[in-house]
Amino acid sequence: MKRVLQFTAAIVLAITLAWWFFAGANAGWTKTSVATMKIDAITGIEYPVWEKRFVPGVDFIALGATISGLVLGIAYLPNLYSKKSS
Amino acid sequence: MKPYIALLAAALIVSNSLAETSTFDFKDPKGVNNVTFTLDAPLESISGTTNGISGTITLDPENPTEVTGKIIVDAKSLRVPNAVMQDHMLGDGWLDTEAHPEISFEVSEILNRQKDGPSGTAEVTGVFSLKGISKKITAPVKVTYLPGRLADRTGGSTEGDLLVVRTTFTFSRSEFGIKPGENLDKVSDTVTVSLAIAGAAPKN
Repeated sequence: MKRVLQFTAAIVLAITLAWWFFAGANAGWTKTSVATMKIDAITGIEYPVWEKRFVPGVDFIALGATISGLVLGIAYLPNLYSKKSS
Repeated sequence: MKPYIALLAAALIVSNSLAETSTFDFKDPKGVNNVTFTLDAPLESISGTTNGISGTITLDPENPTEVTGKIIVDAKSLRVPNAVMQDHMLGDGWLDTEAHPEISFEVSEILNRQKDGPSGTAEVTGVFSLKGISKKITAPVKVTYLPGRLADRTGGSTEGDLLVVRTTFTFSRSEFGIKPGENLDKVSDTVTVSLAIAGAAPKN
């Protein structure tokens, strides 16, 4: 059981970091929509076009690390194994 | 008889001068007109946009000595990339858009006009209203008059002129009662606003 929890904690952290990195390594807060700029041909005005897109940020890493830490913490709880051994 | 002739002449002069003014409507169904805002605090930079713009400006595009009008932004249409941040921004702790749904700028005076071909620059003074507080501000504007170009924008369905207005100005959020002195490390007190809008004056 301890090994399973340790492995789960490692996987959660790895997935979190990989997702953040491959989604653009956004150093700001998580974005739920992204604006791309276009130019109107007649007026020359640059304007944003929004699209819904999830871009994980540093808060996403913090959440992943917290979950991973909690799972790892559970793995080292003494009571979890004391019942089994008795 | 002479007083009647003088009155007729005066009426003709007035009607002639009125005929030169055009009213440009800034409600843009294409969603091109936009306002961007940036708050650059030491720990966090926030930027967002809106397309929720309406209002009209009346002027003589060739000789804009007198300008009247008001540009209105739907406060609820302000958008930032993070959904939680957007809820906080529009909520009663910050902009309180339920109670104050409009942000507006009413033009009162135009100064230091300089013309350069179809474009021109000037300083526009007006009343900027945000979260129920109104203050007089002056902003530098660049205006481009595009006569007859409305048809290009409407696929030929409507003839008329376009007026493109660009400006960038700053204001202090604390002066408009938006959490004065609070959260300054993450939410800058200085807000930089850039506006790029095109108004249409259809011709019948």
